[in-house]
Amino acid sequence: MATTTVVQEQNSGMSSRTKWLIAGGGIFIAALALNLYFFGATGTTAVFAATLRQSTPLILGAMCGLIGERSGVINIGIEGQMLMAAFLAFLANVYIGRVLPLGLTLPIAVLIGVATGALLGLFLAWMSVTLKMDQIIGGTVINTLALGLTSYFYVTGLTTQGKLQTIPLGPLADIPFVGPILFNNPPITYLTIILVFVLQFALFRTVWGLRTRSIGEHPSAADTVGINVNRMRYLNVTLAGAFAGLAGAYLTLEAVGSFERGMTNGRGFIALAVMIFGRWTPIGAWGAALLFAFFTAFATQTQFTGLVSIPPQFVGMSPYVLTIVFLALFGGRARGPAAAGQVYDPE
Amino acid sequence: MNQNNKEVVLEAQGLTKRFPGVLANDNINLVLHKGEILALLGENGAGKSTLMNMLYGLYHPTEGEIWIKGEHVILEDPSDAIARGVGMVHQHFQLVPVMTVAENVILGDEITRGGGVLNLKEAANKVWELSHQYGLDVDPTAMVEDLPVGTQQRVEIIKALYRDADILILDEPTAVLTPQEAEDLFRIMKDFTARGSSIIFITHKLKEVLAIADTIGVLHRGRMVGTVTPEESTQASLAEMMVGREVILTVEKDPPHPKDVVLRIENLQVKDDRGHLAVKGVDLEVRAGEIVGVAGVQGNGQRELVEALTGLRPVESGSFSISGQDSTHLKPRKITEMGVAHIPEDREKHGLVMAYSVADNMVLNNYYVEPFATRIIMHEDKIDEQAERLVEEFDVRTPSVHTPARNLSGGNKQKVIVAREFSRPITLLIAAQPTRGIDVGSIEFIHNQIVEQRDAGAAVLVVSAELDEIMSLSDYVAVMFDGRVVDVLPRKDATREKLGLLMAGSEIEV
Amino acid sequence: MTEEIQIDQEGGGILNRILRGAAVPVLSVFLALLIGAFIIWLSGSNPIEAYVALFKGAFGSSEAVERTLEKATPLIFGGLAVAFAFKAGLFNIGGQGQLLIGAIVAAYIGFAVKGLPFIIHMPLALLAGSLAGAAYGAIAGFLKAYTGAHEVITTIMLNFVAINLTDYLSNGPWKDEGILARTPKILETAAIPKWGFLPAGFLIACLMAFLTWYLLYRTTWGYAIRTTGLNANAALYAGIQVAQIIVLTMAFSGFLAGMGGAIETLGVVGRYQPGFNVGLGFDGITIALLAKTNPLGTIPAAILIGAMQAGSSQMQFDAGVRFQIIDIIQGLILFFVSADVIVRKILPAQLVDEEQVTLSTGWGS
Repeated sequence: MATTTVVQEQNSGMSSRTKWLIAGGGIFIAALALNLYFFGATGTTAVFAATLRQSTPLILGAMCGLIGERSGVINIGIEGQMLMAAFLAFLANVYIGRVLPLGLTLPIAVLIGVATGALLGLFLAWMSVTLKMDQIIGGTVINTLALGLTSYFYVTGLTTQGKLQTIPLGPLADIPFVGPILFNNPPITYLTIILVFVLQFALFRTVWGLRTRSIGEHPSAADTVGINVNRMRYLNVTLAGAFAGLAGAYLTLEAVGSFERGMTNGRGFIALAVMIFGRWTPIGAWGAALLFAFFTAFATQTQFTGLVSIPPQFVGMSPYVLTIVFLALFGGRARGPAAAGQVYDPE
Repeated sequence: MNQNNKEVVLEAQGLTKRFPGVLANDNINLVLHKGEILALLGENGAGKSTLMNMLYGLYHPTEGEIWIKGEHVILEDPSDAIARGVGMVHQHFQLVPVMTVAENVILGDEITRGGGVLNLKEAANKVWELSHQYGLDVDPTAMVEDLPVGTQQRVEIIKALYRDADILILDEPTAVLTPQEAEDLFRIMKDFTARGSSIIFITHKLKEVLAIADTIGVLHRGRMVGTVTPEESTQASLAEMMVGREVILTVEKDPPHPKDVVLRIENLQVKDDRGHLAVKGVDLEVRAGEIVGVAGVQGNGQRELVEALTGLRPVESGSFSISGQDSTHLKPRKITEMGVAHIPEDREKHGLVMAYSVADNMVLNNYYVEPFATRIIMHEDKIDEQAERLVEEFDVRTPSVHTPARNLSGGNKQKVIVAREFSRPITLLIAAQPTRGIDVGSIEFIHNQIVEQRDAGAAVLVVSAELDEIMSLSDYVAVMFDGRVVDVLPRKDATREKLGLLMAGSEIEV
Repeated sequence: MTEEIQIDQEGGGILNRILRGAAVPVLSVFLALLIGAFIIWLSGSNPIEAYVALFKGAFGSSEAVERTLEKATPLIFGGLAVAFAFKAGLFNIGGQGQLLIGAIVAAYIGFAVKGLPFIIHMPLALLAGSLAGAAYGAIAGFLKAYTGAHEVITTIMLNFVAINLTDYLSNGPWKDEGILARTPKILETAAIPKWGFLPAGFLIACLMAFLTWYLLYRTTWGYAIRTTGLNANAALYAGIQVAQIIVLTMAFSGFLAGMGGAIETLGVVGRYQPGFNVGLGFDGITIALLAKTNPLGTIPAAILIGAMQAGSSQMQFDAGVRFQIIDIIQGLILFFVSADVIVRKILPAQLVDEEQVTLSTGWGS
């Protein structure tokens, strides 16, 4: 009787996770040293604080992207979703702010931003799943329409009552050096970090997560056990859109406080690179986004302190060049969800 | 097994399925008794899988009714079928490669701690239990993609058992098993039916059907042409029902007249996609005018070997030469230009461009040379001319040479590839799974073509998982197991039993 | 991977085929204009007035026609660049960046190289700009072929890099005298002429469209490119060097976009200045899809979109409708052309042909 006995290799997930942790730790220490050397304590605090905050829209965008892709739907319309959400959140801030106090206006505006993102997610789901359009074109439609609509309807001169302020977490915020960076942030920034852990858990330890991953890797396997692939894709892509909407709300309500045409500036695309580099996991995306935002903040600080005289355009270029370098070195051979981008047609 | 127990567990009447332009199943009646093994026999394209998909709720019948355990049912989706105890083991496994066995088994019917949180420990335990109960021996924490194919099939079976299936549908289960693993599977099946469960299994293999089935239903072109028992049938009678005419089951050929060695492989080592050695040191020789068949269950390095020989995969160490010239690191184009013809294992992946017309596919290897192109300018008229000629010569059924390849049936797609490869003078022919998934008529045709090439002086290497094909074509049979050629036997010494043992890695005493 | 179905339409000659091929794009444009009219009405203006003004601004005088053709020229190149890359299964959204690089390099050769006669200077400047675009496009091609970095992201990133780079150059080393951030005017000998209302640049564009079509469908290179795009595995089997094809395709795609930029500089603006033709990357996609990725189709598609762009200032002037409505309409056209399921439901069956374009299969190489 030739039964095959299966001998398993130790699941290498754990050891590669420790590898990443060690690498991350090493980078952090190197970054710290570099900053202290060049910028001193206050400069370092500034850079690290900026890192955390600027990473927020990138992480949210990456989470939007990865929820979709894990479900099998590629979303390059994150940029458009962010932009549209920012615009509508801005308008909400302006007009509702004339009637209601800021304490009510701002949360409502955030919700409107989130809802806008979700609505555009629904649109993408409709295009990809029902209309069976090519998903990259679907994302392009969203980007084009968002840019067009927001530019068309935008009028200058609108003012708001204010934006989301930092919320110091009690005595923790007073800890020297660490306090201002970690414990004195505006609400969406805090929320984002919470979401990272929530989503990571949900994706790998819940029923929803298991099914989501299955429809993105092998939709027919999911179908044959009775999971409605296309309905799940609809729900997930809409949910993912909410994340992008939150990012848009962040940009206008927490970061800048107003709106400019095209203010997303490519962040939606950088978020895709972050997603790939983070291997389609929320924690990975968090790490990648922090790394990315750090380099950008570092470059800006360099220019700010006049450390090296670089023409401003090169500093402006740096996030984009960095993305390319990251992708080329780390992202290229990454294996995404196997069925991402393909239409699932059961019959 | 036990047909005195006449309780009917599954019945279908008038089951019909129409797709746009195709009548896949036509008015089929089917009865399955408790404790019975019903085999559904039919050649590729006869409609077997479509029928099963309807019984499992994956397809909705265009017409007809289904009863499960006496109850009339309408199956909206697989969960309806699963709820009534129907489980399916698919031919192309429906497993998520990057998830563990336990995760795959519970998918869709998850064990939770409450609040939607998974209880993976409990899942693993359950899998262990089932695995032991039925003698299936599977590790719940293994990543499916790391498992050998035979084990993956058992995961599929556990999936069905986990859902309390007592009607099991097996779709071409032995396609990926050695003869001995197939024996194991049959044992499991008999055990299953002895406990009162019932099985429908789909196959195109006549020997199996006679060995294991209690009842045989034969499908031909979407219709059920007969229901017989093994006692009253022979391979020939079944084949005739399957195909609708008398079928010659062996290839008639003259004895070979081998000449010089054309292909010489020396200690070849090749890695697979994951970086592990798949070919672990192969030595083999093929002479002009002979056919060497490589037998073996898929997954023992055959694919990587063929890809290395055709320049599609890098060689780690060792070498091979063609007509005396070292070809180990040559690019595919160079190898083709040396007179090598390659019928690839996956015709849709490597052999054809689906969206291209038949004519454009016919010049895939030589579109850049005269008379089809001068320098960089292509000559459409010459391309069409050749296509017309080849379509006629090789009896390719197509509305025109401008029809896209995707519109052709499997057999005709393969004929396009064969026509293309045979349109050049051949020194060495490498044919991998040349007749997989195609109708009997086309199989006959292609086998005859291969023998013709041999008689014209080509060296032929045929790699196939179908033992019957190897045995009917080969002059010599080489068996591949675990990345090595374990033995090479002249055809007259190669019996099924010997080959089966070799394919499973056993040593035989001569 | 691109997929296209070429079915030999029985019955009816060239005219019939064109009609059937054009049905979906034409109806898409119509639907988009309809919704655009709705949006115009929503923002308080008169759609009829707006569209009449649009038409007037595009075709109502010889200056208008000239403007339309001038606008159409870079669009043809943008569409060609995208369509060409599609054939190899690549998504080049970097048309804008490649155009900018081409434009500024052409400007540089145009003002910095002195003492050459027109017959050498102009082609030289044109070629330099095109080759610069090619090199820029090749970067993304190289990255895709040898590191697997997906060209959607890299080309978009390169767009931003190009904006910054050209900004730097026109503000710094290549800056004109005076306050404005721009390059000096090109010499007369580098300028591309106009013949009445017909810009020579437009003719060059049409020529390149034909050349691209010929390259794709009548040469061995084209066969290799299309095979790579339709089935990269079969391409390997056929002996095609897929990595090389990817780089060369992106290079030629960049060449086309770069040429578009060069012509814009040499034939229309006369120098490089910021604010140069934004959005060509995505415009290019609309054009390519309207043209069903057929190079010859980019000409009518570009004239259509170019007309809208040319007429938009007249529309703003006459009817008070802001020009960004054109972007919205373009987005809608893109939607309807791609969601052809919708449009097909409206059309009678005989008018519909089988072509459908699909492009994405994940980020992996």
